[in-house]
Amino acid sequence: MINDKDILETLHMLQQEHLDVRTVTMGISLLDCADGNPTVSCRKIYDKICRKASRLVEVVEEIEKEYGIPIIHKRISVTPISMVAAASHASDLTPFALALQQAADACSVNFIGGFSALVHKGFTECDKALIRSIPEALAQTRNVCSSVNVASTKAGINMDAIAMMGDVIKQLAYNTRENNSIGCAKLVVFANVPEDNPFMAGAFHGTGEAECVINVGVSGPGVVKTALEKCTGDLTAVADTVKKTAFKITRMGQLVASVASQRLNVPFGIVDLSLAPTPAIGDSVAYILEEMGLERCGCHGTTAALALLNDAVKKGGVMASSHVGGLSGAFIPVSEDAGMIAAAACRTLSIEKLEAMTAVCSVGLDMIAVAGDTPAEILSAIIADEAAIGVVNSKTTAVRIIPVYGKTVGEEVEFGGLLGRAPIMALRPESPRKFIHRGGRIPAPIQSLKN
Amino acid sequence: MRAIITVTGKDTVGIIAKVSKTCAEYNANITDITQKVFDDLFVMIMLADTDRLSVRFTEFADRLSALGQANNLDIRAMHEDIFDAMHKI
Repeated sequence: MINDKDILETLHMLQQEHLDVRTVTMGISLLDCADGNPTVSCRKIYDKICRKASRLVEVVEEIEKEYGIPIIHKRISVTPISMVAAASHASDLTPFALALQQAADACSVNFIGGFSALVHKGFTECDKALIRSIPEALAQTRNVCSSVNVASTKAGINMDAIAMMGDVIKQLAYNTRENNSIGCAKLVVFANVPEDNPFMAGAFHGTGEAECVINVGVSGPGVVKTALEKCTGDLTAVADTVKKTAFKITRMGQLVASVASQRLNVPFGIVDLSLAPTPAIGDSVAYILEEMGLERCGCHGTTAALALLNDAVKKGGVMASSHVGGLSGAFIPVSEDAGMIAAAACRTLSIEKLEAMTAVCSVGLDMIAVAGDTPAEILSAIIADEAAIGVVNSKTTAVRIIPVYGKTVGEEVEFGGLLGRAPIMALRPESPRKFIHRGGRIPAPIQSLKN
Repeated sequence: MRAIITVTGKDTVGIIAKVSKTCAEYNANITDITQKVFDDLFVMIMLADTDRLSVRFTEFADRLSALGQANNLDIRAMHEDIFDAMHKI
């Protein structure tokens, strides 16, 4: 018999601390859906996704009820569409995004990711076509997510791609201006992108992956925060508390992953050990940092506190899962985290501090709203800075930034649901235009030569 | 399978009777019960064998949850494995 104290602890996590599994994501290879005719290729894509994922939502909802664990999202990730669509020689890839949307609707999933291109070393013709299609494709769809990998430690930084992405983000913001430029929340620009990430907007099914896999993303900032409320010791004790809590959260994710994999007859891929916040009060990564002793997230000391948290989450989680992957660490999406929103609103949390924080956490500048009239070159330069941090430190970094059409610094934007709300953050106005328009590729750093 | 049924909420007369009645109605065999009242808060943990349930487990869990809502209580029936996974190595 399990002891009562443990049962009540789990119950408390569920009732009071927002414990949940954030997502069960089915990765599906679409490599066999390539066709010289784009219409045929789109039909193959739709058919294959529907065939593989037809039972996903039903099975996950059954697990949710049987085990009493909320599983917030059911998602699908697919092979980067720029690879699947290449054989079609299509110049506009919007129909492929529409096919993904139709498949997402048919399977009733929350998101589908993989309208993606990997261009860290250079572009294929189809990569260029996909990137140019993003503003229209994401404006015409609701649940399709897109990502572009523009840099890697091995290849360096593709500055031509980064220059393109600044324009793409601006155009996408304009195309979705009626809804606070929400399209940009579905687009993420990566360095060192993981190929098995279950979280959106960056999920896709990498080329080294199996035909079909189940990946699970856990969550649980509220549980960690509550555990730290009872910890009065030094920072070693804080790290130990986070590790123990992350272990429990991850074990739950591992169980859900194993059961889902078994019932769907699809191999288990990875558990992503991420602390993913939501805008709900008490489900915030910023509040964890404040619980450690910071007056406000963003003050001096925030980077150190986040480094401790990120490392302890990984150490606690890694023993709880047979395969760990994806992003695995703490997320710091500004609009999706009540504490980050508050810290940004009172300007304690600046974009420069967020950039420093991305050097020690699992992702990057995430869900940051900036003024709608921000020049494309500045957006590109922000991406370049993030890519440099990722490339030099051999880690994943990413940028999901929303230049909200018609909004300026001092205003706030409401995205709704899990995407939350955000104050428009100030950027440095001086221009990096010449630097961005030099183009070319920043060479891979010396630490890439490990062989 | 074995299920852990937890009941929390304001203490009133007849909570155990109501939950036990629903378990019997759906053929869930209660194998262990612990129950305490802290101040005015009622906390009960039941272990039940659900192998011979007359309905699917998810429906049984729904019925208990509905019973809880009707009586201002939080009632959850959860697969035992979730607690094992989280608290045992």
